[in-house]
Amino acid sequence: MDTNETLSLVLCSGTDDRLTGAAVLVVGAAAMERPVEVLLQFWALDAFRADRITKDHGVSPEAGTEGKARWDRHTGTHWSEMLRQARGIGNVSIHACSLSMDVLGIDQDDLDPLVDDVRGVAAFLASADGGITFV
Amino acid sequence: MTQVTDVTRSIDARGMPCPGPLMSLIGAIREGSVGDVIEVLSTDAGSFTDIPAWVAKASHEIVAVTEMDDATAFVVRKMR
Repeated sequence: MDTNETLSLVLCSGTDDRLTGAAVLVVGAAAMERPVEVLLQFWALDAFRADRITKDHGVSPEAGTEGKARWDRHTGTHWSEMLRQARGIGNVSIHACSLSMDVLGIDQDDLDPLVDDVRGVAAFLASADGGITFV
Repeated sequence: MTQVTDVTRSIDARGMPCPGPLMSLIGAIREGSVGDVIEVLSTDAGSFTDIPAWVAKASHEIVAVTEMDDATAFVVRKMR
């Protein structure tokens, strides 16, 4: 398949395993010259706070004890660094969900510079021309 | 590491998990000049599919894929 369709991701979960899975998709899409639009909601948005983006955000409950132990031994590139790489090679936009900003009491100044701006869902959907993947 | 004699730059990405070797290759291609030959040594199984897919998409050229004892060497020529 050879496509330049936009990859549109809505990230809601804020655990390191899910954010890493999403970051792999983003960097892969950027490498394959697909535009990427990301909307950060709730716990994913919380993980993008500048003062804690590289802190431990845990893993999903289904990891269990053994999965958590394996995850902690894994030494790959941090998801935030993967996203920076993706921005360096491709057309990647990362937006903060306006509702999530309100609920969590976050100002844009609190967020890592990876986040471009704050968007309402209608504006995000206007830029997301393919299907949406929800993580 | 390979028998290809005209390698411009060799990158040792052994031990790096996916997508590290591909990202290393992309970085080297971007920094290089047209005609450069970049070799990436990878132990990541994903490289077998990722590197040819990216090379085709980005319109470069696979010169050789050589499996060695402890890694695979992907040799790529920058075409544009």
